[in-house]
Amino acid sequence: MTKAQNGGRAWLVRFWPVVPIVGALIFTAVLLMLFGASPTESAQALWTGAFGDRNKFLGVMAFWVPLALCSAGLVITFTAGLWNIGVEGQIVMGAVFASWVALRMTGPSWMLIPMELAAAMIGGALWAALSGVLKTRFKVNEIFSGVALNNIAIIISLYLISGPWQPPEGGTFRGTAPFQTAALLPRLLESRFSVLSFVLTILAVVGVYSILRGTTWGLKLKALGKNPYSSFLLGVSSERETILAMMFCGALAGLGGAVRVLSWYDSLRQQISGNIGFLALLVVMLAGYRILWVPFIAFFFSAVLNGSITLQLRTQLHSSLGGILTGVMVLFVLLFGSARQLGIGLPKETIGDPSGGAPPAALSGDLEGGS
Amino acid sequence: MDNAQLIAVLASIVLQASPLIIAVCGEILTERSGVVNLSLDGTMLMAAMLAFVVGMKTQNVWLGFAAAAAIGALFALIIAFGSIRLGQSQVAIGFVLTLLGDDLSAFLGQNYTRMRGVIVPHYGIPILKDIPVIGPIFFNHDIVVYFAMALIAVTWWWLNRTQPGLRLRGSGERPTAAFARGVDVNRQRYFYTILGGALVGIAGAAFSLNVKIGWSDGHIRGMGWVALAIVIFGGWSPIRGAFGALLFGATKALATVLQRAFPQVSVVAFNSLPWVLMILVLVAVGSDYTERFINAMPKSWRRPLRRVLRISPPMALGTPFHEG
Repeated sequence: MTKAQNGGRAWLVRFWPVVPIVGALIFTAVLLMLFGASPTESAQALWTGAFGDRNKFLGVMAFWVPLALCSAGLVITFTAGLWNIGVEGQIVMGAVFASWVALRMTGPSWMLIPMELAAAMIGGALWAALSGVLKTRFKVNEIFSGVALNNIAIIISLYLISGPWQPPEGGTFRGTAPFQTAALLPRLLESRFSVLSFVLTILAVVGVYSILRGTTWGLKLKALGKNPYSSFLLGVSSERETILAMMFCGALAGLGGAVRVLSWYDSLRQQISGNIGFLALLVVMLAGYRILWVPFIAFFFSAVLNGSITLQLRTQLHSSLGGILTGVMVLFVLLFGSARQLGIGLPKETIGDPSGGAPPAALSGDLEGGS
Repeated sequence: MDNAQLIAVLASIVLQASPLIIAVCGEILTERSGVVNLSLDGTMLMAAMLAFVVGMKTQNVWLGFAAAAAIGALFALIIAFGSIRLGQSQVAIGFVLTLLGDDLSAFLGQNYTRMRGVIVPHYGIPILKDIPVIGPIFFNHDIVVYFAMALIAVTWWWLNRTQPGLRLRGSGERPTAAFARGVDVNRQRYFYTILGGALVGIAGAAFSLNVKIGWSDGHIRGMGWVALAIVIFGGWSPIRGAFGALLFGATKALATVLQRAFPQVSVVAFNSLPWVLMILVLVAVGSDYTERFINAMPKSWRRPLRRVLRISPPMALGTPFHEG
């Protein structure tokens, strides 16, 4: 092999990860053209929708907070080899618990807000623990218990909105009455963004990073995710770590739910989770299960999805376009992201791990088996 | 409730369950060959949308079904190719396709919501439909419902009584042994993943053209997950799976009836009934406590009880197979 050839291939391997991304952009552009819309104008509308003015940008940041919180939590469950699809329901339960404090307690902000956030974390963690216990004790796969618990959580929130918590002037079934001002997170410049929630999110990301990097618990989770059986032989309690990992993720998702009711809205609404849990699963997959990538990928998702709402207003095209762009991107990266898998480029040993973090081995199979 | 009403309710349960039965049979074929197609929810939404639009544009309901089968097969092909050829996680690809199918169906179908389209014509089977009780419940529907019923029998027969069925099960239970006997395991898996996907697509069309007629955003969201759970509940057997689908339909019908009978009980309790039931049955078929319960029973009961209550997945389900 000549040196030039070698260099060319290395170049191909280095820039290969861009290929699926470009592929997803082309796919979306073609879709737009099929509907008679100009891709460049749509991209422009998307950009102004996300970054057009200060409020739009703060909106993107406000959406980013719960998305990044859930994604950070999911990195923990993915590391332990768990498919926590129930994250959506954990957001809802967090929102419900926070709303309960906001509606039923009175007091100054410095008392109410910590109580709301704590309640939300407890709510999310307990809801997640259910999935964990169902998996370890009753061998119900967490994907299915998660789907069922998501639906039950949504039904509970709808019940509260239309029943006990409906506004005094009569329920519209769309949401509770706005909370007392003291219960809401302080927002920046009339936007939906709260600095406090941003700080908490950064803390969560740093926390997850340090757990995985420097603690025994992180090591146990990794062992569990890589090989549940041998970690069992080494004395890692798969039951305890599974439930703890679920609860950790549930607590962060619950916190995200609290942010949804206390700063994105000012009340408990229908569809409070806004699909953030499912989006967070995509974020973590696209980030290759690496925590340090999570904030940036989550930001990209938030910008695209918020931008596509403006796109809908301007072009009358359905706002699901944002979901399509991000979904196709994740699909293409999953399928074609690794040059090595496709057999492109250099022989195995000389490639510097182009795919980065491989998913935990236990994720690839074992759908029905339990732990 | 008098007899005529009861028969009407039972007949509607059979109709409501028919798309689920088709989807469950398709997914059983896929999973028995060793592949998990997790994308059912998104696939069925895409298929329901496409079937409705194609049916309306061509004024031909069967072309709608054909389009639905094609998109179902395409989604399944992506999963088969991604997992078998590219070695990626089936669950991850399936999950992404679930969300993508949801968004794509909303976008592509945005100009066709809440419109009138074509529907499957009613066809009561002569003679059979006049049998008292059974006739109106089972034989006074349409071709799609009869297709679902026939599919239960055909799938069971194919799996358990034919040579190709043996190769299919071999690929999902002991792929290495099947390979040693000359079965091209991955080819089997490709074939049954695509076939199963096509059936799942037909199930989506059976919703939008026959059972929940029309198209709107998120039309049958959730049904795919129900079908996946029923596959487990049915222990990967088409007959038990069909029973599960009917049971699910019955729970929904029961919720409506109970609601009317007990208006003071919150609507929440009834709406969450199917989901609570889903968790309970998964607990019942999977947990060690069931085993203990069986062992506490008299000896002669244990075998039949175990057959009813215990299930085990195809042994190589979700695990990739490499030749040599």
